[in-house]
Amino acid sequence: MEKEMYEVRFHGRGGQGAVTAATILADAAFREGKDVQAFPIFGVERRGAPVAAFMRMDTKPIDLKTQIYEPDSIVVLDPTLLDVIDVTKGLKEGGKIIINSSKKASEFKFGKAKVYTIDATKIAVKHGLGTKTNPIVNTAILGAYSKAVGNVSIEAIEEAIGEKVPRKKEENKKAAREAYEVTRGE
Amino acid sequence: MAKITIRGNMATALGAKLCRPDVVPAYPITPSTLFPEKISEYIADGEMDAEMIRVESEHSAMSACIGASACGARVCTASASQGIALMSEMMFIAAGMRLPIVMAVGNRALSAPINIWCDHQDTISQRDTGWLQFYAEKNQEGLDLMIIAFKVCEDKRVLLPATVGIDAFVLTHTIEAVDVPDQKLVDEFLPKYKPELYLDPSKPMTFGSFGTPEFYQEFKYAQTKAIEKASEVIDEVFAEFKEKFGREYKKITPYKCEDADVIILTMGSMSGTARAAVNKMREEGKKVGCCKLTVYRPFPGKEIVDLTKNARVIAVLDRDISPGFGGALYGEVAAQFINESKHPLITNYIIGLGGRDVLIEDFEEIYDKSIDAVKKGRVEKPVEWIHLNKEVL
Amino acid sequence: MKLTIPEEELMYEGTVDCQGCGAGLAMRYALKALGKKTFVVIPACCWSIIAGPFPYSALQVPLYHTAFETAAVVSAGIKAALDMKGIDATVMAWAGDGGTFDIGIQALSAVAERNDDIIYVCYDNEAYMNTGIQRSSATPYKAWTTTTPRKYPKARPKKNIDEILVAHDIPYVATASVAYPEDFIRKMKKAKDIKGTRFIHVLAPCPTGWRSLPEHTIKLARLAVQTNIFPLYEVENGKYKINIKPKNPKPVEEYLKLQGRFRHLTGEDIKEIQEATNKKWKKLLRKEEFF
Repeated sequence: MEKEMYEVRFHGRGGQGAVTAATILADAAFREGKDVQAFPIFGVERRGAPVAAFMRMDTKPIDLKTQIYEPDSIVVLDPTLLDVIDVTKGLKEGGKIIINSSKKASEFKFGKAKVYTIDATKIAVKHGLGTKTNPIVNTAILGAYSKAVGNVSIEAIEEAIGEKVPRKKEENKKAAREAYEVTRGE
Repeated sequence: MAKITIRGNMATALGAKLCRPDVVPAYPITPSTLFPEKISEYIADGEMDAEMIRVESEHSAMSACIGASACGARVCTASASQGIALMSEMMFIAAGMRLPIVMAVGNRALSAPINIWCDHQDTISQRDTGWLQFYAEKNQEGLDLMIIAFKVCEDKRVLLPATVGIDAFVLTHTIEAVDVPDQKLVDEFLPKYKPELYLDPSKPMTFGSFGTPEFYQEFKYAQTKAIEKASEVIDEVFAEFKEKFGREYKKITPYKCEDADVIILTMGSMSGTARAAVNKMREEGKKVGCCKLTVYRPFPGKEIVDLTKNARVIAVLDRDISPGFGGALYGEVAAQFINESKHPLITNYIIGLGGRDVLIEDFEEIYDKSIDAVKKGRVEKPVEWIHLNKEVL
Repeated sequence: MKLTIPEEELMYEGTVDCQGCGAGLAMRYALKALGKKTFVVIPACCWSIIAGPFPYSALQVPLYHTAFETAAVVSAGIKAALDMKGIDATVMAWAGDGGTFDIGIQALSAVAERNDDIIYVCYDNEAYMNTGIQRSSATPYKAWTTTTPRKYPKARPKKNIDEILVAHDIPYVATASVAYPEDFIRKMKKAKDIKGTRFIHVLAPCPTGWRSLPEHTIKLARLAVQTNIFPLYEVENGKYKINIKPKNPKPVEEYLKLQGRFRHLTGEDIKEIQEATNKKWKKLLRKEEFF
């Protein structure tokens, strides 16, 4: 039987929207009948400093209230973090890593983890999300997540964006959809 | 009803909004700050008809609550940690003046050292103020308990204030799915607050004049009787809530306790993890159950005895510490059994202080220690600290 | 002669204030000015006692007793509730100098900054009289109290609370005296008709704490004005008006010598107090001239 609980960790920098990404993904999964939790790393967040956020979903009601130590997949919003922290810490065997990068997935090597890349920055800039120096990539990368992991549909993510993103809802949906289209699943 | 995904602070703010308070004095403090922010937003957007007083301290927040409540207004606020310590003086007064104020709390540790994360020290330390105390396991409970608290507090037989605690970050900042009740149903469940006595120029009365030794004790007796009565009222309100909204609450909720050798007693968000741990241990053949305490004041002593008396050990988990004694809950649970002819062994575990995560492994360790006591037939070390980092000590 | 002071009494007789208490008299005048639709909020102070123990009350208006530092904000809470209920009434915080100058200044400052719609009256007897004459920041320079013994009397001047309130840009700040009831009542009535935070500072001599004769209460309150030690003035929307300008101010010594709390003063001390009083008065005249 497939494991029902699924946990995701997001890595970004303060102000990039990692917490919002976790929130949108949770809301999307909830729309598909899952029980969900999404939370930031508990504590103080500073703009530009590395931050993490978490999402837990399950087909059954979730009792567990612990933080997430061994995620099933990892989403990296900012590739510069790869040199700063061990983003794969605790990643389950056979887990997936989705990285915002213009490089090919084959250029990354993280043990047995399956790596996906998406140039979310380019997509975000194209859709006018954030600025060139500070693009908001969280919705684009969720499109890539949807294709790569396959447990939350792009339609649900689009709906969740409509609910949780305060501004530029349509542009954000388009960015997620575009990322979804260009990501190759398994 | 609409089910949405929201943070715990938003759940208590929404709960408050559904209760249609007249006056909301509040002061920001981590992790409860979203509450006053949301209330300000609701008022600015015309979704809520209330007066918000942006006070300069928590002490003043509670003072303004007291003034407004004495005039017969429905009043709520939110705070945490140092804020609650600062308003302590006024919390005694709110209860003594029999004012049904409801306060949403993001349960947070107290300084020093400064710490913004979860434990229950802030409200536990106020247990003798005379406030009713509710603790939520999840955001849904946070929202529901706000509505329940107002209904209990405003009951003529009670007329006392209450705190509704949601754990710092684990709930305040965590998104969960929450069923938001219809306003119409809440209005039916909780009609407008109509106190019999309030400050009124057409019937001038003096409130709060000094009680000499001839009277003071009687005031305290009446207040104590009221919080004892609240125990019964809470049961009635829980039943009515279930009828109306379909969700069931109990002062103490047992899980797999019938044949359990070890019963683990918890409050707040760790109660969920306790159930997950019990499930895991049950699969391994361990006879363990857990009980979640939702109401801490009035203390459901009789219910605790009834649910746990057949276990061999009760493991009481305290996310608080009374230095020089042990956990507050432990002492109170133990006291309930003192006049029983036979009782389980009672152990105490101090756990999760200042945001230390409470893990499944912690519950396994607690089970092992408890079973060890059963084997030895006595408790060698009644108060133990779980998950201490020996390297730091 | 036409009576200018309302005859209606909203305070009962037989209150338990000391003989010659200025604070008791001040409340009587204040309620005459504000009338029945007044809520009174009293923090810990002499008036917590004067108003009577449970089940008695000295006042014929709604009265709420609260903690020491909370008079201003409890009043604001009451006003907010009245607003929500659509009731038009005056809410008056009634606090001593300890509850105003010291422990209550934080909440008072916040109320004034928000311009909450209350009248705040400080009846100032210049020390913690209810606990037995300990110095407050309203105690005058060189005065004796039980915490500033004669060998070491108060080393600092009285805090200028009125200017602190003026600095909050509230619509009305006034000083008043029980020796000038018409002026006091006029100011209370004026305050009643203004919206926002109004602050009235009334000097209330305390024979017990000042070590003066009960029959000297009015005389002392009058001398405080006539010596320019406690000038009567008002600041309305930032505009200063001095209500009484003594043509020939009396020497401060006349005021000081009637009070046992100044018994230890030397000629040098009195000279120093006279100079400080003159300086402060000049400053006030300048303010009236310029603002």
